[in-house]
Amino acid sequence: MLTKQYDPLKKKQLQILDENGKIVAKDLEPNLSKDQLLKMYKTMVLGRVADTKAVQFQRQGRMLTFVINKGQEAAQVGSAAALEEQDWVVPAFREFSTLLYRGAPLYNLYLYWYGNEWGSHFPEGVKILPVNITIGAQFNHATGIALASKFLKKNEVVLTFIGDGGTSEGEFHEGLNFASVFDAPVVFIIQNNHYAISVPRNKQTKSITLAQKALAYGIPGIQVDGNDVLAMYVATKEAVERARRGEGPTLIEAVTYRLGAHTTSDDPTLYREDKEVEEWIKKEPLIRFKKYLIDKGYWSEEEDQKLQDEYNDYVNEVFKQVEATGFYPLEEIFKYQYAEMPQHLVEQYEAYKKFLEEVK
Amino acid sequence: MALMTILQAVNHTLDQQMEKDPTVVVYGEDVGVEGGVFRATANLQKKYGVERCFDTPVSEAAIVGTAVGMAINGLKPVVEIQFSGFMFPAFNQIAAHVARMRVRSRGKYHLPLVIRMPYGGGIRALEHHSESQEALFAHIPGLKVVIPSTPYDTKGLLTAAIQDPDPVIFMEPKRIYRAFKQEVPEEEYIVPIGKAKVVKEGTDITVVAWGALVREVQKAMQELEQEGISVELIDLRTIKPIDKDTIIESVQKTGRFLVVHEAVTSFGPGAELVSLVTQNAFLSLEAPPTRLGAFDVTVPLDKGEQHYLITPQRIAYEIRKLINY
Repeated sequence: MLTKQYDPLKKKQLQILDENGKIVAKDLEPNLSKDQLLKMYKTMVLGRVADTKAVQFQRQGRMLTFVINKGQEAAQVGSAAALEEQDWVVPAFREFSTLLYRGAPLYNLYLYWYGNEWGSHFPEGVKILPVNITIGAQFNHATGIALASKFLKKNEVVLTFIGDGGTSEGEFHEGLNFASVFDAPVVFIIQNNHYAISVPRNKQTKSITLAQKALAYGIPGIQVDGNDVLAMYVATKEAVERARRGEGPTLIEAVTYRLGAHTTSDDPTLYREDKEVEEWIKKEPLIRFKKYLIDKGYWSEEEDQKLQDEYNDYVNEVFKQVEATGFYPLEEIFKYQYAEMPQHLVEQYEAYKKFLEEVK
Repeated sequence: MALMTILQAVNHTLDQQMEKDPTVVVYGEDVGVEGGVFRATANLQKKYGVERCFDTPVSEAAIVGTAVGMAINGLKPVVEIQFSGFMFPAFNQIAAHVARMRVRSRGKYHLPLVIRMPYGGGIRALEHHSESQEALFAHIPGLKVVIPSTPYDTKGLLTAAIQDPDPVIFMEPKRIYRAFKQEVPEEEYIVPIGKAKVVKEGTDITVVAWGALVREVQKAMQELEQEGISVELIDLRTIKPIDKDTIIESVQKTGRFLVVHEAVTSFGPGAELVSLVTQNAFLSLEAPPTRLGAFDVTVPLDKGEQHYLITPQRIAYEIRKLINY
């Protein structure tokens, strides 16, 4: 078991593909098909392009506050790729590429950050919960979904996420403990991107690793190079299989780095040095994965450039569709609060319509 | 005297109180190195050190829970919850402990602490960044709830809150954090908690508002003035305890009452005020005392928020209805 081999208390970290794109743990290299590897890579590229463009749109005043994912694509996609069709994803708010990989349309993801609740209404068959802004609450939702799956024998596993800052919330700990007690089929991923807005990882907790927090709850924990998509895949795969066998949850710490700001409202120059960012750019996940694919003969620079161009156009096109939606109709505000609109809401709705008519 | 925004007044007041009283400590998420996501605590760590102004882990329950302990043991914590929508993990501490320590210990322990939080909508924000939860706090016996609407009052009320022997929830209208500047005296002064302010005297109707909506009422008043409607505007400033006398005295004069708030309508602060007016100024009333609050719905995201926000047009519309009742 990887979680035994890579003991977080000994600060062992799982890495398969190093920052130069070389395999450093040959025996652990996953046997993935060309198609699947390319699907993973292309999703990461789309995630990066969409993320970069969203920031540009925001700067142009066309997008609202946007949570930036740049640099975390391997942690997001490597984990998602280990799921089976029937499995669930319960996100925090920085899992853009995970959601893309699991079938959330880019249109939805953009629409949400554009300020429209329909963005969280995913198409039929896409088992993803809405983005969760309140830190930590999702861990218990994930556990609940997993327990329901267990009780109803649905054979589903739940993949959920939190950040390094989120490990300080009570619900992180309650969720891990609860899932452990009931052997819930959940895989908990901490995207340790080193910052909770301005507060660095080493001021968040004195624990040497975040993965070791698993041990207090009697479940396996493992620290993984979160910028290594293969390591993320392999670690999550083991955890997913363990969960599906009924052996309970696993905690995975993906060590990654937020190359951008916390959100478009944040100014990271207030709390971190450019030098540090530059060091992490060398370790970023896309370049090494591309090298790996080229070395395998699955990909080329020409195809890569073509893909970038294609995604640029695609993302522009999708965002245009999103912008075309504009404001949504008044009824939307009232219609979805309950299964049926209670009298007080009907009255508020009617009175407001009357106001709109009279002041026109 | 210096010209300040509300945000600058918060920062200046924290600075002044920390300078004056070494037991005042300031902490919360991102308040130290960064100086807060809105910069309300900018430079305080630099000036007073990491023991008096510090960043915490992402742990709202611990932020408020430790403030209880600190207040018991000789400090005056002024803690920040980054957005009021993030206060729910701390709600157990607020409702079950902050509000009750004095009564449970029969005065043996009391909690001179302040919980600051930006609140309110109209900034095109993400989910959980736009709510107005003053009623949730006001409903809990043992808490005081304060909301300033001007830089001058921000300083006076925050000073009063920090010096108050009991816990104060200090809600800051982030929509107008930087909206305008006002002269704020350098020397310390107090705006008493529990005292409303008559912003403008009038004869036809009493309108009570607070926070960002005071300005929206003022905009409505400009329109109404041209129609010959004279509004008496009261800035409540303290949601709890309510300044009953100022409101009743005003309604007895005007005979009409409207309360306007950003919080959702049902079971909101407006209900409390309407009840107060009904019971205490009944014989003076010429129209039903009325509340104008937000719809009883989850704050819509940006593409629906324009309907949710209380606009000057809606305020004027409600006032006209009461005048013509």
